[in-house]
Amino acid sequence: MKENIRLAFQGIWGHKLRSLLTMLGIIIGIAAIITIVSTIKGTNEQIKKNLIGAGNNVVTIQLNRDGTPYEMGYQPLPEGVRLITEQTRTDIEQIAGAQQASLFTKRTSTDQAYYQNTAFTGSVYGIDRNYLNVYGYQIQSGRGFTEKDYTEYRKVALIDDKTAGALFGGVDPLGKCIELQGDVYIVVGVIALSKDFTPTINSMQDYTLYADRSAGSLFLPSAVWPTAFLFDEPQSVAIKVTSTDVMASAGKAAAELLTQRQIVGTESAYDYRSQDMLEQAEQLQRMSQSTNTQLVWIASISLLVGGIGVMNIMLVSVTERTSEIGLKKAIGAKKRRIRLQFLTEAAVLTSLGGVAGVISGVGLAELISNMMDIPVAISIPAILIAVVFSMLIGIIFGLLPAAKAANLNPIEALRRE
Amino acid sequence: MAILELKRVCKDYYQGKDAVHVLKNIDLTVEKGEYLAIMGPSGSGKTTLMNIIGCLDLPTSGQYLLDQRDLRDISDDALADIRNQYIGFVFQNFYLLPKMSALDNVALPLLYAGVPLKERRDRAAEALRSVQLEDRMDFMPNQLSGGQSQRVAIARAIVAHPALLLADEPTGALDTRSGQQIMEIFQQLSGLGMTIIMITHEPAIAACAGKVYHILDGELITEGGKSHEA
Repeated sequence: MKENIRLAFQGIWGHKLRSLLTMLGIIIGIAAIITIVSTIKGTNEQIKKNLIGAGNNVVTIQLNRDGTPYEMGYQPLPEGVRLITEQTRTDIEQIAGAQQASLFTKRTSTDQAYYQNTAFTGSVYGIDRNYLNVYGYQIQSGRGFTEKDYTEYRKVALIDDKTAGALFGGVDPLGKCIELQGDVYIVVGVIALSKDFTPTINSMQDYTLYADRSAGSLFLPSAVWPTAFLFDEPQSVAIKVTSTDVMASAGKAAAELLTQRQIVGTESAYDYRSQDMLEQAEQLQRMSQSTNTQLVWIASISLLVGGIGVMNIMLVSVTERTSEIGLKKAIGAKKRRIRLQFLTEAAVLTSLGGVAGVISGVGLAELISNMMDIPVAISIPAILIAVVFSMLIGIIFGLLPAAKAANLNPIEALRRE
Repeated sequence: MAILELKRVCKDYYQGKDAVHVLKNIDLTVEKGEYLAIMGPSGSGKTTLMNIIGCLDLPTSGQYLLDQRDLRDISDDALADIRNQYIGFVFQNFYLLPKMSALDNVALPLLYAGVPLKERRDRAAEALRSVQLEDRMDFMPNQLSGGQSQRVAIARAIVAHPALLLADEPTGALDTRSGQQIMEIFQQLSGLGMTIIMITHEPAIAACAGKVYHILDGELITEGGKSHEA
């Protein structure tokens, strides 16, 4: 085999121009496919980044009523819905793919909140000890919530960087008082989402999706929530998962678990549902992918043409080397050996074409990305498949020439000179 | 002991519907260690006879025993094995593979016999030494003269220690001096007990053999050679 590969390289090197022309069809086909696949992948990653942020692996689960998210009023838990216990939270963390779960309450409608005479218009969250970690918040100044903030029901608050800008304008917010529902809360820290978790907002649609986040947030320890708003209110669950691939499945499993445990009765209008940004992203991705899949098929035709070219040249090569084949057979080479020699040569030829195609495809993708501002992502599996596939093309289209060589009659082959 | 026996061997070729009888009832017995020449004009059937003796072709009828083995209804691959083990070929046009060194050309039959690399190289070097080409081992065929090329071909033919050396016009493409060298090598090999069958149309070359046969219109005629004169 090693000998065959060496011979194949020798043969290819011996006919440089011919080999290059033969490989051209394969090179073009593979290059086109690699370029398209890289652009698809790049576009998909861009879509995901736009919608949910690159490093965002958080799925949230909310209480729904008749299929739409439950709006909080100034009232206790709806009938037939239980408070989520710490035990259930840890059970959720046991779901496959889940890393950490956090319980929180959230109000998107504006509450009575002021700093001096400026009204706060963002969302208010009641958060547990895991929340900041789950969402990847980083403390910019001051501190996060401590254990005592929870156990002693301290009236403290965290604000995010947007609130700090909107409400305090240049003033250091640490130690300042915020008025909420007639109570006073002391700002102990400013937090911000790390860059990876921030969605890129490119359109009006993106903006409305993130309107509440961009308006800024105010965070209270979950322990003081009932004091501030008079009632226990339905919690949402945020789960940090190991990768975006498991977001949908982990979210679904957690929602089922919560519906089963928290909702009393089977005919209830309430259930828990996961809010899956990834699903939206995937829908957009599918749309861009289906158009590009058609392009891949068209590029494959060039591979077919390339394969036929390889077959043609291999047939010529068999004819040229008739006496070599005849001699080898005369001194004892079996059919299998001759067949293998020509198959190896065809496979080496197209594999080289495949490698050259991958290199030019990657180059082309980078060029397009620079020129047209389309993101590209090089896919290693696609590259491996492309090389293996081009080798297969060589084997398939080499079968006929190899069979022709193997079946040559040595007498005829030696007579022809 | 007979190394090969042909009994009433016929070979027909078909041109359209007409059968051409190329070989007609050939009877030939070759003893181990014999050195014989077969002479005949072109079209006499001498190449067909050589193809049958060399197991490149099978007779239409009759029996061919090679080393007591009856070659009949045998597959192409089995014939390839027999050629590899029993027969060493020397052709008029040498048929060296142009992209291999002399050493690799000589080692080729051993590759097909499944001999490991190290041993292949050692034995090929030894065969090249026996034809006085030990200083040309790494030369490519296009760097060798005609006489040297044919000596490499002889080394390739004998490297697997075949029972039979089959030469088809071995001096046909060579000048007289190189041709003589080849004949000397054949003489030496014969002296070492190698069975040699040589096909030629040159009487001077045929005269080197111990026994000369003539073939004419597909029929074999024995005639006294050198050994008979002696």
